[in-house]
Amino acid sequence: MSGTYLGMPSFPRAAAASTRDMRLRGNLRHATHTIRAKRAKAVEELGDWEQLRAAGAALKNRTLRHLDHYLEQLEAAVSAAGGHVHWACDAEEANRIVTELVRETGESEVVKVKSMATQETGLNDALAEAGISAYETDLAELIVQLGDDLPSHILVPAIHRNRDQIRDIFREKMGSWGRAAPRNLSDDPAELAEAARLHLREKFLNAKVGVSGANFMVAESGTLVVVESEGNGRMCLTLPETLISVVGIEKIVPTWQDLEVFLQTLPRSSTAERMNPYTSTWTGTTDEDGPSAFHLVLLDNGRTDALADTVGRQALRCIRCSACLNVCPVYERAGGHAYGSAYPGPIGAILTPQLRGVQSELDASLPYASSLCGACYEVCPVAIDIPEVLVHLRERVVEGGTVTVRGQKTTIKPAKGHAAERAVMRAARWTFDHPRALRAGQRLAARSRRLTPRRLPLPGAGKAWSDSRDLPRPAPESFRDWWLRNRGPDTAGHEGDPE
Amino acid sequence: MRVALFITCINDTLYPGTGQAVVTLLERLGIEVGFPGGQSCCGQPQFNTGYRKEAVPLARRYADVFRGYDHIVVPSGSCAAMVRDNYPRIDAEATAGSVARTYELTEFLVDVLGVTDVGAYYPHTVTYHPTCHGLRMLGLGDRPRRLLEAVRGLRLVELEGAEECCGFGGTFAVKNADVSAAMGADKARHIEETGAEAVCTVDNSCLMHIGGTLTRRGSATRPVHIAEILAGTEEAAL
Repeated sequence: MSGTYLGMPSFPRAAAASTRDMRLRGNLRHATHTIRAKRAKAVEELGDWEQLRAAGAALKNRTLRHLDHYLEQLEAAVSAAGGHVHWACDAEEANRIVTELVRETGESEVVKVKSMATQETGLNDALAEAGISAYETDLAELIVQLGDDLPSHILVPAIHRNRDQIRDIFREKMGSWGRAAPRNLSDDPAELAEAARLHLREKFLNAKVGVSGANFMVAESGTLVVVESEGNGRMCLTLPETLISVVGIEKIVPTWQDLEVFLQTLPRSSTAERMNPYTSTWTGTTDEDGPSAFHLVLLDNGRTDALADTVGRQALRCIRCSACLNVCPVYERAGGHAYGSAYPGPIGAILTPQLRGVQSELDASLPYASSLCGACYEVCPVAIDIPEVLVHLRERVVEGGTVTVRGQKTTIKPAKGHAAERAVMRAARWTFDHPRALRAGQRLAARSRRLTPRRLPLPGAGKAWSDSRDLPRPAPESFRDWWLRNRGPDTAGHEGDPE
Repeated sequence: MRVALFITCINDTLYPGTGQAVVTLLERLGIEVGFPGGQSCCGQPQFNTGYRKEAVPLARRYADVFRGYDHIVVPSGSCAAMVRDNYPRIDAEATAGSVARTYELTEFLVDVLGVTDVGAYYPHTVTYHPTCHGLRMLGLGDRPRRLLEAVRGLRLVELEGAEECCGFGGTFAVKNADVSAAMGADKARHIEETGAEAVCTVDNSCLMHIGGTLTRRGSATRPVHIAEILAGTEEAAL
């Protein structure tokens, strides 16, 4: 994959382009509405969904509160089972560790299980720089990789592509990566899947090194868990001689029993299935069975800093199901690429600014990429109050304040470009806190209402509104003046500001 | 029962007819309505844009102004949700009493007064858009629908994708104008497809967005706040 999120424009600028891409809008609308409806049915079936949701949130909260303890327990268990544990404080360190481990095997190719952590770190690019080819084997990740593209969805990275586009990508690109697609390949899903199957089968059989992430890590036994639909992940987890797993430190659960909750909520929330087709678990290494060398790279990359934030830390409960993306009206119209990170949609809008900070124009725009409609919170299987975190991060953007960066308390300045807005908000607050001034303003607006145009030609908030919507006109008489005229001053009330 | 109307700044300035409708409706139901003049804005624009500090004096003003009333009625799901969900995050101690006594209009009618048939008459075809904060933060459920279904002469028609946000979102509408407009266009199209004469919500801020989009598109459907439907009677219509 040669795409990069570096230097991408702010969310509104990226979305200005994507909202006009009618093919993208059509693809996303069809896909998200289909999966949205299926998820609702799958969740409705369970009588105890709300309890499962609460249990999932409580389990994650408790684990995160004692994360240091469980990480050490996990390290001991993985080591005792024959695995090697590596600690990576950031993306660069994780990529360096993986690159060195691959080099030590003498191999120049790896097969990859679909993994968000390695998308986050940009591992494929780092490996390519070291002369190592990483082959994505998840069908959608394969489409993205062959198309020289970026993923736009957590679960369905090629959601922005339709069958026609996939057929063209397979026909044009497969041959330069390995086994070519048939020249007469059609856009029939079965034919497309068969072409991918034959192409990938070669990769699985030749691979000596596999790279994965994990959905869960069980601290008590040192077991890693990957849930998937295709079985391609299991090929990569079992056939190679060396397996390297890069996993965020928040993916831990204390015990096997805790999986009971998440193995119910995750498939229903993500693919709308009662149970996902493949659940692979492995614990260290086993003689004559699967990889003979296993490395676990534990990735921090901003997670410990996010954990220090009492409001923002709930984002670390995320199990990457994508339910929030599939119900989000903003994601549906802007598309995943506008979020400029491996984590698009509502969860990305609260996760990315915590992992990367809010200093870049793009990252500072992400907390505003929401109408705060709350649909994401409603479907989240671990009850992350995404609107609450969005508003919290907006405050960080406009006010700055104390944040934790690499474990150190640091004071950050407000992001640039909010001075005019801050002045307006302060002036509005002052007016609202002085009802006499408010009334005077309303009377002025009422008298000049005939002058209020329906459209504003000059740049700014007025134009941004009135390009697609008529401006409302102030009423000829405010409600409070009407009340005074008809009822007189309310004896129980008071004006609230001194004469 | 001492009942105060919290008009909200948008209704006060742009949609006073909604406030007058609430007064008409509640007085018809035998409620004496007070209007303390010290009220202003709930502080939602500031809070939701990240200026929490600017919302603090407005939250405390609300708590102060409405002290002494048994119930505070708000003809806006979003402003009622601001008080109920966010005031505890701003100043839980100072606002505790007023938060517990705040009701969105349809909640007040159905839960406090225990009525769904308010004796209204509105001889038009109406479609109902459940606004996000009323739906998800307040959990209004089917209260507005039950009230509308009891209105004589009113024919309620279903809206496709009703529970999808209209794209307003306060400052979102200008900060992310393209996405907001795209959401608004889809909402307007669904509204037009119903063939309804009016689209009704519990929130004039959303209606400002929906209505502004509809008139720009030259649609015949007009926006109407639920209070203005519920205030109408056969006598008044004559």
